[in-house]
Amino acid sequence: MRIWDLHCHLSAVEGDTPGERIDTLLRYADRMGIERICVFMGTQWKHDPLPEDFRHQNDEVLTAIRGREDRAFGFVYLNPKYLQESLAELDRCVRDGPMVGVKLWVAQRCNTPAVEAIFARAGDLKAVVYQHTWLKIGGAPAYSGGGNLPGESTPQELAEVAIRHPNVRLICGHTGGDWEPGIRAIRACPHVSAGIGGSHPTRGIVEMAVRELGAERVIYGSDAGGRSYASQLAKVIGADISEPEKTLILGGNLQRLLRPILKQKGISL
Amino acid sequence: MKSLTRRNFLSIPLGAVALQFDGDALAEQVVPRASEEAVDVNVQLSRWSCRRVQGDETLGLVKQLRRYGVREAWAGSLDSLLHKDISGVNLRLADECRAHGDGMLLPFGAVNPTLPDWEEDLRRCHEELKMPGIRLHPNYHGYRLDEPVFERLLTLVEERNLILQLAVGMEDPRTQLPFLRVGAVDLEPLSRLLPHFPQVRIILLNVNALQSSSLELLEALTRTGQVYCEISWLEGLGGVGRLAKSISLSRILFGSYAPIFYFEAAWLKMQESPLTQQQIRGILRENAKRVIG
Repeated sequence: MRIWDLHCHLSAVEGDTPGERIDTLLRYADRMGIERICVFMGTQWKHDPLPEDFRHQNDEVLTAIRGREDRAFGFVYLNPKYLQESLAELDRCVRDGPMVGVKLWVAQRCNTPAVEAIFARAGDLKAVVYQHTWLKIGGAPAYSGGGNLPGESTPQELAEVAIRHPNVRLICGHTGGDWEPGIRAIRACPHVSAGIGGSHPTRGIVEMAVRELGAERVIYGSDAGGRSYASQLAKVIGADISEPEKTLILGGNLQRLLRPILKQKGISL
Repeated sequence: MKSLTRRNFLSIPLGAVALQFDGDALAEQVVPRASEEAVDVNVQLSRWSCRRVQGDETLGLVKQLRRYGVREAWAGSLDSLLHKDISGVNLRLADECRAHGDGMLLPFGAVNPTLPDWEEDLRRCHEELKMPGIRLHPNYHGYRLDEPVFERLLTLVEERNLILQLAVGMEDPRTQLPFLRVGAVDLEPLSRLLPHFPQVRIILLNVNALQSSSLELLEALTRTGQVYCEISWLEGLGGVGRLAKSISLSRILFGSYAPIFYFEAAWLKMQESPLTQQQIRGILRENAKRVIG
C-alpha cells in the first residue's frame, strides 16, 4: 500500500522555515505510513493575494520540496484576478519548475471567465487542478453556499467548469465541505474527483462518494497541518468499502492522475 | 525514509502499550489490538436526524467498539437533542445499554433545564436509572451557561456527585440545515462558576481544544482540576501530543464520537502523536477511571 496525501500545507505546522515545516509534515507522515505528500500555499495565507504574495508563497513551497523530491510534490498557488501574472507563475513553477499541480483557493470563483485560461493552460501542461470548494450555510434566508466568501467556489460551479474542460484533471476540494450535496454536484462529471480532506471525519462520506462516483474518483488528502492525518485517514480506513477501493483512494487514484505530468518530467513511480 | 511495507505500517507501536495492528488484516485496514483496553467517554446511541450511519444501531456500534478493544463506552442518546420527552429518551437509553450494550455501555442521560420539572429527570437519572452522570446540550436546548438555571443545575449535580458531560457542538455549523442552525456553546461562564462548585467534574465533548479561540480558556478551565476534554474533535498534526503540552495530560480523555465520526479517527490520533506508554494508558483508560471513581 502506498499512501499519498493530496492536500498538505506549510501553515499551522511547527517550524520556523519552510524546510523545518515540511520536515514536521514528513515526520508525522512517517508515523502514519504516508509515503508522499502534496504541498501547496506558503506559511502566511491571504484570501486575495497580490502577485508578489502568491509568488512568495510558491517560493516557500519550492524551497520546502527541494531535496525532498522523493517525498513531496508542489502545487502552484495562483490568483485568477491577476491572470497574466498567474499564467507566468504557472509556467515558472510547473512548466519550467518541479511542481505538478495547481491550487485555486478563494480569490475568485472558478466559473468566472478569467479562470478559463488557467484551466486551459493547466490542461496543456497535464497538471492536476485542486479547486477549493465549500457549501457554507448562510445568507438571509439561509441557503447552502450562502455563507461562502465572495470568491469561494461551490462544487456546482466546478461542475460547470468541468463541462468546458473535459481534458483537465480536476479535483473538487473538500468535496464541497457539505459533502452530501457536494458529491451530487459533481456526480455527472466523470473527470472530476472528490478530495475528501479538510472536514470532520463524519462517517459515511467515503461510502457515499464511492457509491455515487466510483472509488476511482475519490482521493485521500488531509489538509494538514490544520487537520490531522489521523482524522482524515480514518475516513478511508474506517469506511465500509472493499480493500481494493481503499487502495485506490489512499494513493492509487492520485498516482494515476499525476502519472502523465510525472512522466513528462522524467519522474518514474 | 525507511521503506514502507504493509507490515511496518501496520505495526507502528504506541509506546510499550502498543496498539498493535494486525498485519494479516485487510490491506492496510488498521485493526488494533489494544493491550490496554480503552474507555471511550463519548459515544452516541440512536440516530442522527439527518443521516443514517453504520453503527447507529446499538449492536453494530458495540461490535465496532469491541473490535478495537474498547472495554467501556459512555453513551448518550441523539434523541435528546430534539425530543421533548427527555424522560422517555433516558429510559430508552438505559434499556438499550442494558439490553444490547454487552456490558460495555454506560448510559449518560440528558437533562434539559428549560423543560418543566427537569429536576425530576435528574433525580431519575441518578436514583432510578443509576447513571454515573448526565449529558447536556445547552445549544440545542436553548440556554446559556450564564443563566441562573445552569447554576441551579450545577448545584444539583454537585449534591448528587454526578459527572457532567457538556457537548460543545454536534456538527460543523457550516454544514447544518438552514432551519436547524445551532452554534457552539460558549464556555466562558464556566470560569466564573467553577470556583463556586469545587466538587463538580465536567467533561467537555466535541471541542477542538487546540483551536486558538478555545485553547486559552481550556488551559484555564483544566487548571481548576475540575474540567476534562476528550479528543474526538481535536485536530492538527500530532494533536494529542501538542495538547498534552498545553494542558495536564491527566485532563485528556479518549472519546471517539462514534458512530457519528469514524471511530478510527480518535484511534489513529493516538498513533499520530509520539506518546509514552504511561501517557497512552492515561488517555485511553486511567484518566477516565479516575473521573468516574
